[in-house]
Amino acid sequence: MNVEPPVRVEDKLYYNRYLVDIGHPHVKVRAHTTPSPQLLALLKVCPARCYELNDDGQVEITVDGCIECGTCRVIAEPTGDIEWSHPRGGYGVLFKFG
Amino acid sequence: MIEERFDAIVVGAGMAGNAAALTMAKRGMKVLQLERGEYPGSKNVQGAILYADMMEKLVPEFREEAPLERHLIEQRFWMMDDRSHVGMHYRSEDFNEERPNRYTIIRAQFDKWFSSKVREAGATVLCETTVTELVRDERERIVGVRTDRRDGEIHADVVVLAEGVNGLLGTRAGLRARPRPDNVALAVKEMHFLPRETIEARFNLKGDEGVVIEAAGTISRGMTGMGFIYANKECISLGIGCLVADFQRTGQTPYGLLDQFKRHPSVAPLIAGSEVKEYSAHLIPEGGYKSIPQLYGEGWVVVGDAAQLNNAIHREGSNLAMTSGRIAAEAIDLVKSRGEPMSATNLAIYKKMLDDSFVIKDLKKYKDLPPLMHTHSQNFFLTYPQLISKAMQNFVRVDGTPKAEKEKATLKSFAKARSWTGLFGDAYRFARAWR
Repeated sequence: MNVEPPVRVEDKLYYNRYLVDIGHPHVKVRAHTTPSPQLLALLKVCPARCYELNDDGQVEITVDGCIECGTCRVIAEPTGDIEWSHPRGGYGVLFKFG
Repeated sequence: MIEERFDAIVVGAGMAGNAAALTMAKRGMKVLQLERGEYPGSKNVQGAILYADMMEKLVPEFREEAPLERHLIEQRFWMMDDRSHVGMHYRSEDFNEERPNRYTIIRAQFDKWFSSKVREAGATVLCETTVTELVRDERERIVGVRTDRRDGEIHADVVVLAEGVNGLLGTRAGLRARPRPDNVALAVKEMHFLPRETIEARFNLKGDEGVVIEAAGTISRGMTGMGFIYANKECISLGIGCLVADFQRTGQTPYGLLDQFKRHPSVAPLIAGSEVKEYSAHLIPEGGYKSIPQLYGEGWVVVGDAAQLNNAIHREGSNLAMTSGRIAAEAIDLVKSRGEPMSATNLAIYKKMLDDSFVIKDLKKYKDLPPLMHTHSQNFFLTYPQLISKAMQNFVRVDGTPKAEKEKATLKSFAKARSWTGLFGDAYRFARAWR
């Protein structure tokens, strides 16, 4: 297989319009020392790459670029690794085309 | 609490919610529809294809009014390996008809229009309002909703849950299970803008004619998945989706798949020079008949994607959504017209009416296909596409090899990859599930 150029997700998110609800993230990661396999899966599967590993090896989330697909909820809510709500009314991603 | 009481509250302004709210409002019911987006459509994502027959039942004059993109005259199925595709195309002048059967649409724009019809019919549509909880009475019946607005509790005789595939309310209230990684797919999509004439030249179209390409094969890297390319007037919707469980298992990234699909030699020329204006993602219900949850209860019904009503084989979701929304509304109206309460016993009529419609009949027909595709994804999405591509190349490449030897080589490659028992087993399982 060919070597693939790296995908810059942040460039993709730049096309989108958001109204960020500062101070009210709609998804939260439960505090942990070692991430579960479910949490680790989110590093790859989140289409907006909201999940990242910090220097201490824990999974952190920045919801600003979230496109609200719900994939992380399906994977990591059952294990209690994350808490998932919809953004407050009017906040979050605003699709022009959808 | 808001003192005003409604006949029905509809949660969500997608296809299912709009169909339900419109149908009930048209019949004189006092309807409140709640939508968390800035405007109806701003949270909604689909390919998207609109099915005229189901839309006509709701808004007969939609062709004159709605923002439609192109009517489809051609369908292409591509089976892809890394460098080739084997295609089956169906194009017919019959689709250039007065009342076309399918259109491409842009959901955010279409839904905004659809919602204007809901308002015209007399429903109250409240946007920028997230419903946080269902409200129950002392007998555990659903009697309304709580929202994130101040004084946000609102009461109604019945709540229509049209909250989409990722519906939190129903799950939190214990009315249905959360979607599982093996019964939802994650699709990512980009909107590629090009001049109208360029799109028409590249896709062999004139005027408002449209084409849809659906692609499967090595593009999903052995996962259960599909790519799609839809021609709109001045843009191309391009995306790819795979089962969430497969993403989780393989560690593939959705944007990695998308960019690889875009670079495929069969795809790249179609979008060359385009300007991307949006990147979106959405879950698609893939579980079929076996994952349909309880559809009604004391004071509530569930419709559309929230009820997993999606025909994954025919890629039909929005028409099942709007049909289930309409049927739920008709059932509610029936109960109301009899002057009876919105109890589970009375609302059972919704399920009965839905069972009698194409919605459940189609899902029942394919009830065994999703599990087959999901458990045999390596064969159906990797091995066979590669074999078929090689067979085609062997068939068309002229190199002096006698034809009999070529045929023998092709048969041998199939038998080697899957064994005769495997081949017959796959064919048998597929035919049985399709039946």
